[in-house]
Amino acid sequence: MPELSIDGQPFRFAQGTTVAAALMSSGDRCSRTSVSGQRRAPLCGMGICQECRVSIDGLRRLACQTICRDGMRIETQP
Amino acid sequence: MTVNATTNEHVDLLIIGAGPAGMAAALAAAPRGLSIALLDDNPLPGGQIWRDGPNAQVPKQAQDMRGRLQGFSNIRLHSGCKVVALAGAKRLLLEDAERGWVLSYDSLILCTGARERLLPFPGWTLPGVTGAGGLQALIKGGLQVKDERIVIAGTGPLLLASSATAQKHGAEVVRVAEQASLSAVAGFAAGLWRWPNKAIQAITLASAAYRTSAHVLTALGTDRLEGVRIQVGDKIEELACERLACGFSLVPNVEIAQALGCTVRDQAVVVDEWQATRLPDHFAAGECTGFGGSELALVEGRIAGLVAVGERETARGLWAERLRWQGFADRLNTAFSLNPALKTLAAPETLVCRCEDVRYADLAGHGSWTGAKLATRCGMGACQGRICGTAAQTLFGWEPPLLRPPFSPARISTLACLDEGESV
Ligand SMILES: Cc1cc2nc3c(=O)[nH]c(=O)nc-3n(C[C@H](O)[C@H](O)[C@H](O)COP(=O)(O)OP(=O)(O)OC[C@H]3O[C@@H](n4cnc5c(N)ncnc54)[C@H](O)[C@@H]3O)c2cc1C
Ligand code: FES
Repeated sequence: MPELSIDGQPFRFAQGTTVAAALMSSGDRCSRTSVSGQRRAPLCGMGICQECRVSIDGLRRLACQTICRDGMRIETQP
Repeated sequence: MTVNATTNEHVDLLIIGAGPAGMAAALAAAPRGLSIALLDDNPLPGGQIWRDGPNAQVPKQAQDMRGRLQGFSNIRLHSGCKVVALAGAKRLLLEDAERGWVLSYDSLILCTGARERLLPFPGWTLPGVTGAGGLQALIKGGLQVKDERIVIAGTGPLLLASSATAQKHGAEVVRVAEQASLSAVAGFAAGLWRWPNKAIQAITLASAAYRTSAHVLTALGTDRLEGVRIQVGDKIEELACERLACGFSLVPNVEIAQALGCTVRDQAVVVDEWQATRLPDHFAAGECTGFGGSELALVEGRIAGLVAVGERETARGLWAERLRWQGFADRLNTAFSLNPALKTLAAPETLVCRCEDVRYADLAGHGSWTGAKLATRCGMGACQGRICGTAAQTLFGWEPPLLRPPFSPARISTLACLDEGESV
């Protein structure tokens, strides 16, 4: 099974899984921290709300519109 | 690195959005041999209804259409690609995972579809709360929901579609709360004999957990969703659950059309019988012209594609079919119109703008979106008001904001193409 890392933790995924689905299945299942400190998770699942924005291999991307690839490095905002 | 020569491209026909409408438009236009670019911000074509993924089975019709798209060498599909800014007349700045570039076109068909309307209520920012179609999309994208208890609330047939997807993947759907009344829903269902395949869909989607005149009041939990309080008729019920999926019908994605200068009325792109917008050489089809389901999107897409390549007579032959599906769309929109009680769900401290964390109480005193925005920063975050501006329109009747470029966050190297492109 291919593997990527989410905040340094290894995560195995089925081919075709979106990064949003991966985030919602690992760690605290969140994607970012809001300006007032609340943890947030993907909301719309379709590229509108931007709650799922994370850093993927150093680039800011929307997790719900990105498909997991072997070796990806995903970092969420603490 | 980007080479200068690749930062400018030209196509005869550009289609934005590769859902049913955009795919149909490309296939209708392609036999004429013009160069066509079909772009979509998702990783795969299909739009909302034919969203692909490890947990999705794309219907045969969609697979066939995809296969046919690949068969045309004059159609270029740009997946994972978004519109960043306007770059002059009939020129757009685009970005995908690898590069940014300016694409110029002779004609454009907007097939940007619709998104879910999400409304604020206490607790809606808790992890565990998603859109209704949003949950369906996330499940199709590989989210596991086996043995989870799920409450689905809001309005429209999408609640049942989302419920069916969740159940198929092993979730226990404990409640589907439809805000419309039983008489409205029954009246809608009774008219479905006119569209037999829709009636069959409705029956297969029916669920024992379904309640009408029911809406969400509060999502409960501290760090994560633990339960939900729901109004069902004149009773209040509390249900424990791991997920709450809420969607209040759909709103057309009109932002790009508006930025281009197309006329938008009642939140939908205005088109004539040829699917032409008020802007010459700019067409629109599918749900960006109003919520209507995939069949209407398909026929509108075909008409737009044909007209864009000058085949008006063939397009005219499709008008009757479009009228038939428009009838279905009209019934849908009246049956599921929003109960005014939904405008009062938010408490003073409920966040309305999730990007800038602006509370309902801080917005409510203002007279317009612009006034509220200047005073509170609402809508100034990453989503540019796509969520809170749409909600504020429902809650306060405020005109939603226009997009500012970049329309979505873009890399500096992409924005640099704009300067090059414009000076050419
Ligand atoms: C979340 C959701 C789930 C749905 N599920 C169902 C269902 O299960 N069954 C059903 O009958 N109907 C469903 N619908 C209704 C469905 O939208 C229509 O039936 C049909 O998909 C409309 O087709 P369309 O081509 O007009 O738009 P869409 O299918 O919405 O396609 C539009 C496409 O354009 C893309 N796009 C938009 N703006 C841009 C841009 N600026 N740049 C690049 N790409 C862009 C979008 O990401 C999308 O892929 C759903 C709708 C939503 C919002
Ligand atoms: S979940 Fe809303 S943009 Fe990704």
